[in-house]
Amino acid sequence: MNQPSHSTPDSDVLVDIRDIHFTYGDRPILKGITLPIRRGKVTAIMGGSGCGKTTLMNLIGGRIKPSRGTLTVDGESVPDLRTRELFELRKRMGMLFQTGALLTDLSVFENVAFPIREHTKLPESILRKVVLMKLETVGLRGARDLMPSELSGGMARRVALARAIALEPMMIMYDEPFTGLDPISKGVIAKLIRQLNQSLGITSIVVSHDVAETCMISDYAYLVGDGRIMGEGTPTEVQKSGSEHVRQFMDGLPDGPVPYQYPADDYVTDLTRSIA
Amino acid sequence: MNTLRVLGGIVINSVERVGRAAMFLYEVLLGSWELLRRFYLVVQQVYAVGVLTLLIILVSGLFVGMVLGLQGYNTLVKFGSANSLGLLVALSLVRELGPVVTALLFAGRAGSALTAEIGLMKATEQLAGMEMMAVNPVTRVIAPRFLGGVIAMPLLTALFSAIGVMGGHLVGVGLLGVDAGAFWSQMQNGVDFHDDIMNGVIKSVVFGVVVTWISVFEGYDAVPTSEGVASATNRTVVYSSLAVLGLDFILTALTLGEV
Repeated sequence: MNQPSHSTPDSDVLVDIRDIHFTYGDRPILKGITLPIRRGKVTAIMGGSGCGKTTLMNLIGGRIKPSRGTLTVDGESVPDLRTRELFELRKRMGMLFQTGALLTDLSVFENVAFPIREHTKLPESILRKVVLMKLETVGLRGARDLMPSELSGGMARRVALARAIALEPMMIMYDEPFTGLDPISKGVIAKLIRQLNQSLGITSIVVSHDVAETCMISDYAYLVGDGRIMGEGTPTEVQKSGSEHVRQFMDGLPDGPVPYQYPADDYVTDLTRSIA
Repeated sequence: MNTLRVLGGIVINSVERVGRAAMFLYEVLLGSWELLRRFYLVVQQVYAVGVLTLLIILVSGLFVGMVLGLQGYNTLVKFGSANSLGLLVALSLVRELGPVVTALLFAGRAGSALTAEIGLMKATEQLAGMEMMAVNPVTRVIAPRFLGGVIAMPLLTALFSAIGVMGGHLVGVGLLGVDAGAFWSQMQNGVDFHDDIMNGVIKSVVFGVVVTWISVFEGYDAVPTSEGVASATNRTVVYSSLAVLGLDFILTALTLGEV
């Protein structure tokens, strides 16, 4: 394990999550997660569907507040920020949603220009250059006039990525960036995540359950399950882990600590029960 | 006991929802204030909810006016007052039918479209995406649509009434032989700017606020699934129509001062 202990504050840590609990109604989603994310690294948060990965992202982005615990981004306590301060912080964060979340009434160009128009007063000629540069980065400069409905899933996610880097953020959160994509598009997205991290020094948080692609691009990985951290380390360390929970997830085993069967009464009793 | 519990639950949920809608309106009004600097966003929405609703408003207005002309003539002619047809058509349209029918049509065409659009933006994470880009969706998406609806409604009502009068004229003067001079002069003498026209204008502004408020709130509050958006759209039409008819009675009673 190449990460130091989580107990002391570290200026190298951009997102510091300590003992975070989150409850949705009566259902506990996160049960005391401690998870530091280092500057300039690609950190993967992996886990099965419904394990609380997206909840973690929403907590980091300040869209929801934790029931307990502390969460700081670049030294600022996110749950304590007022709306205006939170919006200022979000200008330095990018987020790539699973669906891309492109504005369907705007063209590709206008989608990428959207955050720039909202937050800066750049003259149109410079704005055009900036947008074309961002689109060139994701290889879609030629698609500038297309509407979101004309894009494939992979292209939509690349446009969303260009939009996410439009304001040159310090970090980007990727929510299931590989889900529903063909192998070529997966490869393109993986390459872009790595490339943006290396060329722009952007800290990246990749939330995903695609083991192969995520391990390929990440520097450090956390495995979340049942609202807790089940394993962590470099992708190689995680893949070699002896933990039963980690093994089940990494090897895609249908049964294990995460049971195949949803909790129910005894099968035979259930079948022979008379319908009153 | 169980029925009482269910009933209590419904009442609490309803009150909570009304409270949420009121808080939402407050946020929208704050957002509207900020839009003064970016009024082009409102103009775009006046086009989307106003201009694109024009066809149904004009066609309906024309036919409502024609029916009024026909029905009015048949009744008035029995009392030898067919010359008052213009006054009857104008008062019916300006005071009642104009604001009410326009608001009902607006709820069905533009209101439901607003709810579906906002609901789908929520379901496809477009609103969440804006929040994460540090853009307040209430200011950027909801407030322009709200103001667009509030501005469009009185304009559509005026056009509905105007085309309705034309329809009444077409049937009364053109087909049934009412004297054109009497038609217009009775109207000119009998319609009071303050008591009649302003009454209609006030109604249309109130309906504009209420129908657009319901439409944008239902969209913003929709469960982000296809079923959720469908029921939100349904609620918009039902609640808006009921609110318009209920408020019409209250506003009429207040302006006439007879209840």
